Amino acid sequence: MRGNAFEARVTSDGGAELMRLLGAEGPTGFALPDLAAAGPEGRTARTALALRQATADGVWTLLRHPLLALEVAGAPAYLEPDAVVVHPDGRWTVVEIKSFPMIDASADAAKVGAAARQAAVYVLALERIAAHTGGASVAESVLLVCPKDFSNLPTASVVDVRKQLSVTRRQLARLTRVEDIATALPAGVTFDPERPADELRAAVAAVPAAYAPGCLAACELAFHCRDRARRAGAVETLGRSVRGELGGLRTVGDVLAAARGTAGDPDDPAVAALRRAAALRAEALAALPAARTAPEELPEAAGCH
Amino acid sequence: MSLISTLARLEAVESGRARPLTTVRHRHLSEHPLVLVPLTTAGEAGAPLGALVGTDPERPRLLTVAQPRDRELRFAFLAELAEAVLPHLDGYADDIELVERNETDPATGKRVKAQAELCADAPQLIVPGRAAIDFVRLLGRSMRFRRTSEQDPETPYPAPPHVPLLGRWLTHYGERARVPGSSLLLAATDLLNRHWATGQSSLEDQHLGALLAWIDPPDGGSGAEAALRAELGRDARGQLLVPPAGPATDPAFDNRLLAPAVEAYDRVRLALAAAGEGAEADGWLGQLSLAEREIRRLLRTQLEPTWHAVWRSLELLNELPEGPRATERWTRDRWSFTAHRDRVRAGEPPQPRRDDAVTAARKLAARESAQTQLDAQEALDDPLVLAGRRLSGEAFTGEVIEVTMAWSESKRPAPRPLLVLRTDDRPHLGEGVKVYRSLDGRPQTAEFVRHEADDLLVLRLTDRMGRAKDPAEGTVPVKGDRLAWTLFEHDQRGGPRLPEPEETPWTHGGPPGTDAEAPDPVTPEDIL
Repeated sequence: MRGNAFEARVTSDGGAELMRLLGAEGPTGFALPDLAAAGPEGRTARTALALRQATADGVWTLLRHPLLALEVAGAPAYLEPDAVVVHPDGRWTVVEIKSFPMIDASADAAKVGAAARQAAVYVLALERIAAHTGGASVAESVLLVCPKDFSNLPTASVVDVRKQLSVTRRQLARLTRVEDIATALPAGVTFDPERPADELRAAVAAVPAAYAPGCLAACELAFHCRDRARRAGAVETLGRSVRGELGGLRTVGDVLAAARGTAGDPDDPAVAALRRAAALRAEALAALPAARTAPEELPEAAGCH
Repeated sequence: MSLISTLARLEAVESGRARPLTTVRHRHLSEHPLVLVPLTTAGEAGAPLGALVGTDPERPRLLTVAQPRDRELRFAFLAELAEAVLPHLDGYADDIELVERNETDPATGKRVKAQAELCADAPQLIVPGRAAIDFVRLLGRSMRFRRTSEQDPETPYPAPPHVPLLGRWLTHYGERARVPGSSLLLAATDLLNRHWATGQSSLEDQHLGALLAWIDPPDGGSGAEAALRAELGRDARGQLLVPPAGPATDPAFDNRLLAPAVEAYDRVRLALAAAGEGAEADGWLGQLSLAEREIRRLLRTQLEPTWHAVWRSLELLNELPEGPRATERWTRDRWSFTAHRDRVRAGEPPQPRRDDAVTAARKLAARESAQTQLDAQEALDDPLVLAGRRLSGEAFTGEVIEVTMAWSESKRPAPRPLLVLRTDDRPHLGEGVKVYRSLDGRPQTAEFVRHEADDLLVLRLTDRMGRAKDPAEGTVPVKGDRLAWTLFEHDQRGGPRLPEPEETPWTHGGPPGTDAEAPDPVTPEDIL
């Protein structure tokens, strides 16, 4: 809500403020092509046309809310950047308008990172069009426009997205195609939100998931997957990094059994380290008053070293 | 996360209760901490919505902003916050002790002893979580450049008195919170996470309600279940049973309860403005106070559970004995408080927006050495933390089984006794590696000589045995002593000296300007 209000404010003068932020000092005027068309295909075609036209003309051009297409996992996805600016030298720059404040020229790193990842996808989509346009290139840095300090006045910063670009490129290239995912599903499974809750629950349960705590911030199904991972005793519920130090041990029960010496191969370095850790921990805790060491102590651990 | 703390988390998963990560408390807790639970307006980066503040768990002071977009109401809120916080800070400023310390005489460059004031104690500020620490920093930044009408009669929107001063203090506390091991401004979640391992990820541990449920489940039930309820449980009206610790509020609360109440308040205000004067206006005025009271009631429902959770956390932490070196670190916090008190009293301008090169380098160096010092001190204070370092080969404990006297081969032979230790630990030792042990709170150094057998190693003590040919009484371990040795130093040595700010080289921007920075330009739509 604040985001839309801020964007409306930034572009309220027809984009002159945006061009000024981009450092386009004193362009006597800039083109502002109309990108309206019917349907997403129409709009993407219209955008591509406007981009080519602007590059050929060699004038400052501001495209507001262009529509770009990008193939993701074999299916087309439509993307709508806040704006794309075409420089007279044929360079295209993505403009991303965000409502989080830039205080004393620095903003929340997590939010800037998310904005950079988002903008990188737009750059990738633009590169597809630029490849077929003579004299065009896409800038590998984007313009991030944010409110300045505690006001509603816009300020901007150029953000280098080369890293995000290579990451996104790699991820897009190795994404499993949608058809392949669909064939791997049990026959007849549907995720239609119109279906009854029980049926949907069964459908979701039929699909395996690789849960990690990071999912909670990004996915609405995360609680469902977490519940499942917890019930299976998966160690990933404690964090992705946990798995690395536990070697081949995947469940809470296995790890604790290995630590207590009731299971596991003592020659396995992960098991040996666990037993040592358990012994050291038990030794340090033994000195504590009983009140702090709660019911389930690791009594076997002390002797297994 | 080290393997030992991972193991503690797994134990917690199994038992459904949090497990201890430490045997002592590694942060100093004041006897009278000031607890602040702030709320911010959703979608308005940083506009305060309300707060509970106070030093008495039974009597919090509730501050609210009925319409967060209204500058006047925001200023009233900040003024009230200043009224609640500043007297508490002032209460510590004049209780001082005189301490002798070494200073460099600027005229002669010699080291001289000087008497300095040190506040006997410092005020401590506790907030629910890390996000609240960021919010304190943000509030500080937004207030410290404001001008009151006394400072600048021309200013278009003068801030109420004390608001810029509160901004400077909150900035100082926010900055201090970045120093590892400091305790002036602490987050309850950080405190609990340092001392207990729960059966959930560190990400989920940022939720104060869930974290507390693992450590201290109601009625002694399962912590895991109580945590799940704290995280997700909603009542019949779709409201969270345990509201988030803030500063952000739950969207369901914003949309279903708060937004209608604020709208109602706005309507009454408009009507009041239109009514002019007389009996009709009086009627609307009554309505306005009712609408405001409703918003206060709603915000109280969101703030109170967190308020009690913070105090409950402090209670739990106070049950742990304080680590001896935590008290020592608190002295540094007292110095930090005293220094800022002096800067304010000397009439220095507010902290700049960005640190100059020398200040920034100094802060970074100070934080780095504070981190190393904290890591070392926690291990020395706490066998459970030491266990983690022993596991990683950075420390070992062993029993002395033989002591052989030996002397150095210089003109004045100094004692260099050889110790044979038996240890089950596997420290990463090479020839000549230095190891340290704590002798009366000060580090004593030894050199690793050789492995006698798999579990036997020989060390040569090299210092702190006095100046005589024979070591001073009690400085050399005797047979049968069980000692803890570390491969890391106990005190961080300072790095190279940095130039004075006035001597900043041009490569680093030259000497910083000494003038106070200009206040932020004020616009009609400011959010803070």
